[in-house]
Amino acid sequence: MSDAIISVVNLGKKYALLHQEERAHYKTLRETLVKSAASLFRRRNELERARTREEFWALKNISFDVERGKVLGIIGRNGAGKSTLLKILSRITTPSEGRVTLRGRVASLLEVGTGFHPELTGRENIFLNGSILSMSHAEIRRKFDEIVNFAGVEKFLDTPVKRYSSGMYVRLAFAVAAHLEPEILVVDEVLAVGDAEFQKKSMSKMQDVASSTGRTVLFVSHNMIAVRSLCEQAVFLERGRLKHAGPADAVVASYLSESMESNPTPIWDNPATAPGNSIIRIRSISISDANDPKCIFLSMQTEIQIETEYTMFATKVLLHITYHLLNDQGITVLTTYSKPQVHSAGNYRAVCRIPRNLLNSGGYSLKLIIVQNENLAIYEKQDLASFNVEDTAQRDTAYMGREPGIVQPILEWSTEGPFQQGELRYGDFGQIQNR
Amino acid sequence: MPELIIEAERTEKNYWRDLWRFRELFYFLALRDILVRYKQTVMGIAWAVVRPLLTMLIFSVIFNRVAKLHAPAAVPYALLVMAGMLPWQFISASLAASADSLILNSNLVSKIYFPRLIVPASSVITSFVDFLITVALMAIMMAWYRFVPDWRLVGLPIFVVLAFAASIGAGLWLCALNVEFRDFRYIVPFVVQFGLYVSPVGFSSTVVPGKWRFLFSLNPAVGIIDGFRWSLLRGQPLIWWPDLINAILVTVILFFSGIWYFRRMERTFADVI
Repeated sequence: MSDAIISVVNLGKKYALLHQEERAHYKTLRETLVKSAASLFRRRNELERARTREEFWALKNISFDVERGKVLGIIGRNGAGKSTLLKILSRITTPSEGRVTLRGRVASLLEVGTGFHPELTGRENIFLNGSILSMSHAEIRRKFDEIVNFAGVEKFLDTPVKRYSSGMYVRLAFAVAAHLEPEILVVDEVLAVGDAEFQKKSMSKMQDVASSTGRTVLFVSHNMIAVRSLCEQAVFLERGRLKHAGPADAVVASYLSESMESNPTPIWDNPATAPGNSIIRIRSISISDANDPKCIFLSMQTEIQIETEYTMFATKVLLHITYHLLNDQGITVLTTYSKPQVHSAGNYRAVCRIPRNLLNSGGYSLKLIIVQNENLAIYEKQDLASFNVEDTAQRDTAYMGREPGIVQPILEWSTEGPFQQGELRYGDFGQIQNR
Repeated sequence: MPELIIEAERTEKNYWRDLWRFRELFYFLALRDILVRYKQTVMGIAWAVVRPLLTMLIFSVIFNRVAKLHAPAAVPYALLVMAGMLPWQFISASLAASADSLILNSNLVSKIYFPRLIVPASSVITSFVDFLITVALMAIMMAWYRFVPDWRLVGLPIFVVLAFAASIGAGLWLCALNVEFRDFRYIVPFVVQFGLYVSPVGFSSTVVPGKWRFLFSLNPAVGIIDGFRWSLLRGQPLIWWPDLINAILVTVILFFSGIWYFRRMERTFADVI
């Protein structure tokens, strides 16, 4: 027997969609009259038949195994079938074909706060929600204080939750769910709730659950940093099909490169309308991974190459190219320019490299300025090309959101200590009361 | 290591074990419904006493004073009505509550797994709490009339169990049907209202003419109400055996077919609710 705690074999889920048959476009008034008169006399079962049934496979041919104690990330765009998969695994709905073997108790956290009743107090809801999530009364009582502490709602235990702020509500709901102890935990997008502070707390709780207790976790998220940091394995669903399964890093990379929408290599074919003027025309600007010019997926950790190809229509012109790099908020992050040089007529290529670990994640656009004789801007154009930088690094901290900042360089840090009294350069607070 | 296999057409072997594992959920769902019902009311739980009391008064006045119907000898009419109202209120409240229960808890059904049977069953339990309050009311009224029940009181638990089984059976049917066909939202109140006319709540079943009696007794509530009266009111009116046998038969059929139908439909609840 394999060590798989979950085996999914050829899983499929079919839904029937009912469509009202589209009305034919009647061509003449007479035809219209005749047909609508006829439809008045149509029998009911004929009307029924006019509605067509269409089969829709929300999931098809899904097979994978999850080993005991592993954290599996499930990624995919909206409507890819992630939720349907989780619903089948947590036994809310049944599959149409295939088989799932579960070798452990499953608890799902599909939406925190399910089963909370607004009229009941915080205390009552902890017990109700706990028992809905299959905790026993004794188990809840044992963890009650821990739950209340985690949520930070001590003062409001006897207030109906309808009077809670939405933050308190979510914290309490997550706190109950986080204290479940099943062998398999199914988690859907819990990180999307609460403020940054609470997200940190819930992330580290998730890490605890996954690492220390040896539980198996299925984790659905759109946050790729979280998936890469928490999960060893991942599956990537696309329109109900299993697109890619394997180590989380590889699956996340394939998901991200699939989801690149705009082509970041603009090419101008027409010399009359290409950016530039009678002296110079831009042919193309390609932005890629410097180590692999074919790769257009850019992460904070890759060196980025901007390759500009252009054509000179004049000779003996002293000229250079300047780029302004603007971020999403329109802030100019940096300015960079090529070395001024004398050009003759012909084709040129200018390459610029942005070092790795410099830009923060986000969208960027380029503004082009062509400068003649080192001081005269002869051409200027905004938004000539744009690209996205993704953060795919694994984090050492619990926070999985975007770090604020225009740039995100990796800076050197060192921490020393504890020092003896009097060793600090600028003195100290004296005797330390150990609290 | 428990191994669970999920396949398309497979009835779960451990359904009943799951039901046992989730037994506390019965209690908490029922508790929730009870707590919620009287939240933000001034009179609170007193409503559970006032409602049956008022109904009893109205029935006594209409059937006894206006329609000139009478109770068997030595039984106050108010007690006759109250003994009939005990099971009727329980059955009708259970039907109404369990029919709507899954719809009202649709967020649970579509988000979390647990044996769905718990939802309608716990709404029957909720109605049972009201029933117990009405029983206490009945006891107080008996003391007021200085009416002491005799040995037949030991039969009461049997009829309570019958009322329970009939409520759950019919409740499961209505509840499962309601998930797919919301028409039952409108049918159920009508059924309950109609049921009041064909059940001997405000009157004794002895006033029903002989030729209608058999048809009348197909309603399981008839046998159950008669049973309640028989055991609470010193055997008055006399029990009519065909009534009771019909009530038991119909109840057993309702109960098992209700479970069967519910289990069959349960698998698709999350998809259609």
